[in-house]
Parts: sequence; C-alpha cells; structure tokens
Amino acid sequence: MLGAMSAGAVVSPQTGRLSEATGSDSSLRRFLHGLPGVDQVGAEARAASLGTRSIKTTAKAFALDLAIRMVDLTTLEGADTPGKVRALSAKAVRPDPADPSCPAAAAVCVYPDLVATAREALGSSGVHVASVATAFPSGRAALSVKLADTRTAVEAGADEIDMVIDRGAFLSGRYLEVYEEIVAVREAARPAHLKVILETGELQTYDSVRRASWLAMMAGADFIKTSTGKVQPAATLPVILVMLEAVRDFRLATGQVVGVKAAGGIRTAKDAVKHLVLVNEVVGRDWLDPDRFRFGASSLLNDLLMQRTRMATGRYSGPDYFTVD
Amino acid sequence: MAEVSTGSTGSTSGGFEYAPAPESRAVVDIKSSYGLFIGGEFVDPRDGRSFKTISPATEEVLAEVGDASAEDVDLAVQAARRAHTRVWATMPGRERAKYLFRIARILQERSRELAVLESLDNGKPIKESRDVDVPLAAQWFFYYAGWADKLEYAVPGTVAPAPLGVAGQVIPWNFPLLMLAWKIAPALACGNTVVLKPAETTPLSALLFAEICQQAELPAGVVNIVTGAGDTGRALVEHDDVDKVAFTGSTEVGRSIARAVAGTRKKVTLELGGKAANIVFDDAPLDEAIEGIVNGIFFNQGHVCCAGSRLLVQESVAEEVLERLKRRMTTLRVGDPLDKNTDIGAINSATQLAKIRELSEVGEREGAGRWSPPCDLPSHGFWFPPTVFTGVSQAHRIAREEIFGPVLSVLTFRTPDEAVEKANNTPFGLSAGVWSEKGSRILWAAGRLRAGVVWANTFNKFDPASPFGGYQESGYGREGGRHGLEAYLAV
Amino acid sequence: MPSERLLGPSRLDVRKTYKLYVGGAFPRSESGRSYVVEDSAGRFLANAAHASRKDARDAVQAARKAFGGWSTRTPYNRGQVVYRVAEVLEGRRSQLVEEVRSAEGTSRRTAETAVDAAVDRLVWYAGWADKVAQVVGGTNPVAAPYFDFSLPEPTGVVAVLAPPESSLLGLVSVVAPVIVTGNTVVVAASHRRPVPAVTLAEVLATSDVPGGVVNLLTGPLVDTAATLASHMDVNALDLTGAAGDAPEQRAFATELEQFAAENLKRVLRAPEQEPDWTAEPGLERLTAFLETKTVWHPIGS
Repeated sequence: MLGAMSAGAVVSPQTGRLSEATGSDSSLRRFLHGLPGVDQVGAEARAASLGTRSIKTTAKAFALDLAIRMVDLTTLEGADTPGKVRALSAKAVRPDPADPSCPAAAAVCVYPDLVATAREALGSSGVHVASVATAFPSGRAALSVKLADTRTAVEAGADEIDMVIDRGAFLSGRYLEVYEEIVAVREAARPAHLKVILETGELQTYDSVRRASWLAMMAGADFIKTSTGKVQPAATLPVILVMLEAVRDFRLATGQVVGVKAAGGIRTAKDAVKHLVLVNEVVGRDWLDPDRFRFGASSLLNDLLMQRTRMATGRYSGPDYFTVD
Repeated sequence: MAEVSTGSTGSTSGGFEYAPAPESRAVVDIKSSYGLFIGGEFVDPRDGRSFKTISPATEEVLAEVGDASAEDVDLAVQAARRAHTRVWATMPGRERAKYLFRIARILQERSRELAVLESLDNGKPIKESRDVDVPLAAQWFFYYAGWADKLEYAVPGTVAPAPLGVAGQVIPWNFPLLMLAWKIAPALACGNTVVLKPAETTPLSALLFAEICQQAELPAGVVNIVTGAGDTGRALVEHDDVDKVAFTGSTEVGRSIARAVAGTRKKVTLELGGKAANIVFDDAPLDEAIEGIVNGIFFNQGHVCCAGSRLLVQESVAEEVLERLKRRMTTLRVGDPLDKNTDIGAINSATQLAKIRELSEVGEREGAGRWSPPCDLPSHGFWFPPTVFTGVSQAHRIAREEIFGPVLSVLTFRTPDEAVEKANNTPFGLSAGVWSEKGSRILWAAGRLRAGVVWANTFNKFDPASPFGGYQESGYGREGGRHGLEAYLAV
Repeated sequence: MPSERLLGPSRLDVRKTYKLYVGGAFPRSESGRSYVVEDSAGRFLANAAHASRKDARDAVQAARKAFGGWSTRTPYNRGQVVYRVAEVLEGRRSQLVEEVRSAEGTSRRTAETAVDAAVDRLVWYAGWADKVAQVVGGTNPVAAPYFDFSLPEPTGVVAVLAPPESSLLGLVSVVAPVIVTGNTVVVAASHRRPVPAVTLAEVLATSDVPGGVVNLLTGPLVDTAATLASHMDVNALDLTGAAGDAPEQRAFATELEQFAAENLKRVLRAPEQEPDWTAEPGLERLTAFLETKTVWHPIGS
C-alpha cells in the first residue's frame, strides 16, 4: 500500500507499528488519509470491464456451485417468525430438494432473537448461523446495548456476527471511536467470526470505503461487508473492487487474510458470477472460498438454482419450480 | 481455422478457469476475393494482380484482395472528382448529413459483423473491436454528420466554408475501421470525396465499409477504396488531381509524404509515431494508475501510436508500482482474438513481430531488465508476451524508438521538473499521461508537456468531439472535434 | 344481417381520444374538460383535452423530475435520442401530412414540405447536442496561473408557448433546441391546431425520450400560460406562442413577462409575428436556455 509502505512501514506487524497508527485519533486519521485515493471514473471503468468477462460452460457451472456455497441466506424483516426461519434453514441445508448434488448455502443470517431457532433447525448440517447485532441496521444505540446485543446472539448459538459501524462517527472523522467500538464488539463476539458492515451506501465515496475497510481490518474484522441491505445503493461492483483491493493490500502489509461479503442488491446469478470474476482477478484463488467471500442475499439463491438447472437440462426454468422460502 | 487457445498468463486464477468463450465467426461472410471499390462498384484491378490477407492469429488466408496499380488509383481519383463536381460538393449540407447519419446507423446495426471481421483480419481482441473500434467508428460518423450542415459555425469568420475537393487518404493497420472513420467522416461532412487506401494487412473492414456505402445509397464515387501496399499509397499521395492528403502511419513514411507534396497545392495532415510518457506521481490514485499503465501499453497489443510506452514513475513509489504492475500483468489473458475474455491478441504481422523482437533484444543487450509473466503462446500465428523493461535510461533505444508492440520501458524521476524534462526529451510529441490526485499538478504538467494530447488519470481515451494529433515528429493537423474539420476545408 | 354490416362499406371508424402528455404518460385533463377542435374549414375534427392550471403544475413537476437524469446524460446520447425522434417522425409522415393539412388548411404539398422540414429540423438540432459547447464554450486566458474555462449548461425547466399557426414545424422548432442541450420542457401546443402536437407526443413516447423531458398541454393559453409564467420552479419562458402586434396580444405577452420576472426567468420574448419556420434557424433558440459556467483551477507543481 502506498500510504502504508511509504509512510514508514506503519503496518509492519513485526515492529508493532500497526498499533501505533491506532494510538490516537490524529495518528489514525493520518494513516487512513495517507492511503492512496481512488479515482472514481477509473475504478468504475475497471469494475465494468471485468463485468464483461464471458463465463460459460464448465466455468459457469463452477461459479454457480461456488456462489451457492457462498450465500448467507438472509431474512431481516420485522415480520420474521420462527416458522420463517425454520423454512429458510431447511432451504439453506438443501437448496434444491430435487437435486442432491446441489451444495448447501454458507449460513443463515437472522436477527439475534431468532438465532436459537436457526441453530436448532440447522443442527449439525455444517451451515453456519449468522446474526446481525449492534443495533442493526442503524447502529444508533449505546455501546453497552450493542455489546449486550452481540453477546445475546453469540450465547444463543451464532457463530458469525454481522455488526454495523457507527457511520455518523466515521463521517464526522471520529475514527478512533469507530475503531474502539469494533474492537469492543470483536471481544464480545468471541468465539464467533466478526463481519463488519461498512454501509457503503452511506459512506458515498470510494475513498471513504477504502478508509473504512482499513479501519475495520485494523480493528480485527474477519470479514468486511458492504451493506445492511436497508440502504441503497448496496453492493455494487466498484465498491466490491475497492474492498477487494483493501483486503489484498492488507494481506501484503500484515500477512492477515480478511474476507469480503457483498450484501444487498445482488439478485441474479449473472451478478454473482461478475462478483466472482472480480474476486478471481483482483485477489485471486485464495479468496474463492466461502471462508473468504460471501453473498448476503435472499432471492439470489433461487436464481442460482434456476441457472444451475438450466445448465443441467438445457432448458430455461421458471420460478414455480423452486421453493419460495 | 486452427484453434487458438486463450489462457491466463499466470496461475492466480486457480480453480476458476474461464472456459473458451469464442465469438462466432459465422456472423460475417468473407468472400474469397475482393475487387477495388471505385465509382460505387467493385471492380477488378486493371492488371488483375491481387494479394492475400491473413489472420495473424493463425496465418490462415482470409481472402484475396485486389492490388491497385497507379492506373487503378487514377480511375479512383477520377471517380472521386466526378462525384465531387457533379453531386457531393453541390449537395446541401443537410442532405450530406443524412447520408452520414445513415452510415452511422448501419455501422451500429452491423456492429457484430464488423467486430468479428476486424478481429480476424487484425488480430485484436474481440472485446476491443466490439467495445471500442466499432462503436467509436459509428460515433465518429454520427458526430461529423452533425457538422455537415453547420460548417459556418465551425470556422469563425467564414460564411460558407468550401471543401477542398478530392482527398487521398492512407490509413494504418492498427485500427483499420476506426482510422477509416476518422478520415472519411470529416472529409465527407465538409463536402470532399475520398479515395482511401487501407493497410495491406488489414483491408477487409474497409471493403465491408464499401458495401455499407452501397447499402446507404451513397452516390457513386463519393467513397472509393483502393487496396494495395506502399506503391498504391504512393500513387495516391502523388496523384496530381488529389487536393488533400491525409496519412496515419509511421514517421518515416510521413516524412517521405511531406517531401513528395512539397511545392504542390495539396493540403496535408499527418498522424505519425509517438513515444509517449506516462508519468506517475507519488500521490497518484495507485490502483487506477496501474490500470492506466496496463491500458496505455497493452491496449491493442501496443499497436497504438499514442501508446504510453515510457512509464515515468516517481522514485519514492517506483518499487511498489512495479510490483503491482507485474502482479496485474499476470492476470492478462493472451490468445485467441475471437475469445471474449482475451485481453491481448496477436501481433498484426510477421514483419511487426520481427521488429518488436529486434528492439526487445536490443533492450536486453543495452542492459535493461526484461520481464514477462509466464505465458503459453500459441504455436501458429504472430505472438509476443506483455513485456516490461526496468532500469531503462533515456539513452536506451527502447526509450527512444517506437516499438509499436506490448513492450513497456520503465524510467524513474525525482521531481516534477525532471519528469517533464524527460517526457519532453524525444523528437515525438503525440501524447502523454499524468497521474496525480492533485489537480494543480496535473494542469502544471499538462501545460509543460510538448504533446498534442495529455491524458490525466486516464489513458488512450478517444472521442469524436476531442481533437487528436501530435507535436513535432508525431505529425501535424488534428483529427476529431471542430478542429478536425479545418483539415478538409479551404479556410 | 350483422356480418354484412361489419364487413360492408359503412364500417364505423374508431376515433382517437386526444389527451395530454405528462411525465411520459397520456392522462386526460384532471379538470375532466375537453374542447372542440375544428379543421381549417370549420368541420369537427376532435375533442382535445382542456388542460387546467393543475395540469400545468403537474407538467412542471414531471419536467423537474426528469431534469436531473436528462441533463446529465452525455451530449452524444442526447443527440442520438433526438435523432431517433426524427426517425420515428419520418415513419409517421403520411399521418402527419394529413393532420397538418387539415389543421392548417394548406395544400398537400405544403403540408409535406412542413413535415419534411420538421424531420430535418430535428436532425439539425440532434447534431448540436455535442457541438454547442464547442461553439459557445472555451478557455479563458486569464492573467494569472489559473486554468479557466467556460461551458454551457442547461438552465432547467423551460415553459414554451408553441406558435399558434405552424402546428408541427413550428412546434418542433421550439421544442428541439430546448431539450437537446439538456433542459426539460412544458409546452403549450397551438390551441386551435393541437392534433399534430398530440401525434408528436406519441412519437416522443415511442422514441427513446425519457418520460417528463417533454410535457405537452393542449387547451386555451389563458388557463395555462399564466400558471407556467408565474411558476417559481420554472427557469425560463419562451413566449413565441404569444406572438402578435395587436395591443391586447402585446399586453398579454407583457403580463406573462412580468410574471416571469418574479423568479427572474430567462425569457425569450414574443415576436411581432410568428416567425417563418422554413428559414434556417440560428443559434438563438439553442443558446437562450443555456447558462454559462466558468471554472477556475490553479496551475502549479
């Protein structure tokens, strides 16, 4: 990373200088603002260009199965019920009851109060239980409430926590506050994996997305995630590009591997495949794994299944042939 | 057609190997032989001579093409003269405009066909012919169509700007259809008629364009296409009844044209070689700069007169930029031009490949460090891997001569003054790139660079509204924009 | 016998309902009113929608909503869209010749000339989309280390009173220059000759013009003109349709201009008589609704 390296190897883990950057609000600001800028036009052109890759036959079959394995099947509605969550869990375990070769999804993602239901429904299937926490989606609550929210979810059996950052604090430049909050949630969430939601639609600029990505990674995120799904725009290809560049550079600087989750707005298999092309060409094969890349989605799964069936039968299928849970 | 494989140069893709995604060549109907397009019809050359055009990716023969002699060129110029006097120059601009709009629309409608043909004959990746060459060619006609009835606004101080007459136009092989559009659209808009000679290695899209002129019912003789090599071009340029010469190609040929037209009334524009500097400051948007460097030198296999063939990078970030550039280069996909995922296609000809090889060997001998990503090149056809030379100094031939291939020379600088000084230290002056997040620095550098086009935080951008052309030995005259009209008007 | 009547020469034709064109849709007037349109010989031609003040307000709202998207499209794209309108208009040539002929009472030949000129006018303006900035914009060589340039930008929502006589060519000649630079428009069509205008709206709706870029009202000017002229979210006003040198006509135009003064609308004044639309247009209508923006930027290493 230009800023990272040329600013005196601030992030070398051996020397402990990474923690120096997070020592104070001003050093953190200096570090984050020392990251190279993102040229909007150039980043969008690069993402669009990768979006024109033509993924056919064997490559498409590979991508569809991989995408299914990367889905965090999500329901985050006020109207959610245990019944809805049980149905969703069944779908995550066996997305296509007609085809035993179809892989399971990565996780089911629910609100904390429904974690226990999901845990029970998923049993030993290997499908993870993810829970949003920290006063999702706005994050507007006291830290103690956020931590309690997190602990409730973990105690109920969540092995992945999707937290939101305080966008207000981030946008007003109180980076240390954001950082310390992530660190605190990180501790409260153990042993679960922590995904940090940046809500890129509210950050607006790619420069902010890059800075927030680094901030979250430095605070110990296992994953950085685009969006809550409640704000538009959510996951877009250029945003994913910038986040992938961040995890790539973070590994170069620290040796640590952080995953990326694209959430919100990805509804078609075609979109999902474009994301996988980005992963493939920006960060490479190490991230082509459900432990490193996820899709937060609900309707995406059925489109993936439909395309998968089309590859197998040669016919276009229809929505009536897939379950609606 | 022999199979051409396309593979990633490196091994980063791992489990996600892209299956071949070839564009079907069935969409284009290539005839076994083509005549010359003179006076609205395809006619055989008088002496019956022809030559073969091949696919540089496979060396397969695509078609036989007429080899125009001086006599054929004379017939074409006569046809153009007749069309000029009898029809085109007297037609209201409004009506000329509508012909050009028609051509623009047909180019859009037949875009797939044109893209496949261009990639077959030239060797460029289909994604470039599909997304750049063909749409831009249509856009060029669309833009200049709009000028045809507005010429009095184009040149301030003129009431009714007059065309020059017959334009003799000679174009290169790197962007066959696009260069044709750059030449023909403004010429016709201004009321000139043309005789155009495409390059001998890439005549096919120009011949398909001739069919498009027929489809558009363009009056006979307004556009004439004569195929052939250097002799044909010389006959055209030196023809007494040609009023205007427009040439795009090498500086060497450009110089000989300038010599040949000396003392005549012919108006001349020349679009020649370059050795562009792409300057990366330490405050550049780095990821986008890497893309700009890659696009600058590997777009169209580096067969671009304005290619960013000299990377000037600030020393404080040089190591990091190189590391990132190399990593990025391992993801470039070299191979079958018709595969939709190919980034780098075939070198256009055996001659060009020999030249690239020769200069690359000189680079090594002169002590520069040569690097290419691991990469399986097809066994048939003409191929050269994307290549970077590091530790290059201004004295090296690879820093001074135009290689016209996928070969980048990397030099470093310490201060903005030094960057500009090195960038300008060349007899060429076509284009330059500047990468910085600081606006005032970009404008400062742009102001001092002796180049006809300066791209800031981008590279290799073209638009019909934007004038293009060089300083010094990169030629004179501008193509594109309002300025591009002046080359075809008596003003 | 019913079957004979269905197929026989006495078949009853299906008449068209002439509606407004607002936000890309064809609503009836919210007033529920219409008025009788007669041909040049005084025969009944159609009932056209009688646009109310509220219709005018809705049209301004639609135009404002469309402005952001339309004005930020590339000029090349706007040029293609306006050219597409010319293509689709050419396809309706015979229908429009008939409508112009019956509306204006001219010979078929004159009507044909008018329709052809309308198509060509659209083509002419389409070409301006990506050229006007090259003619009226430019760099300014200021005496300091600054890069300084001026460029035209669309002014916003333009209200246009279309000419009363030239039902199609006149209408196209006032609408095309407004939209091609990125403005959106609310146009009050010729009161007595609205039929070609409604057909033009159908052409616009089936071209690639986004809904709301052109909004067309039919009906007496008295009801809509004052609303548009005094509307505070309208940026400019073209009074061509209020042409005339009769004292009452002059007073009408003056009053509208005074309304427009309230938020300093750019006003293209009413001419003394309706212009000759067959003449080559200059840049006046194109530049009347453009703002000039000048940008300063320092130059330094």
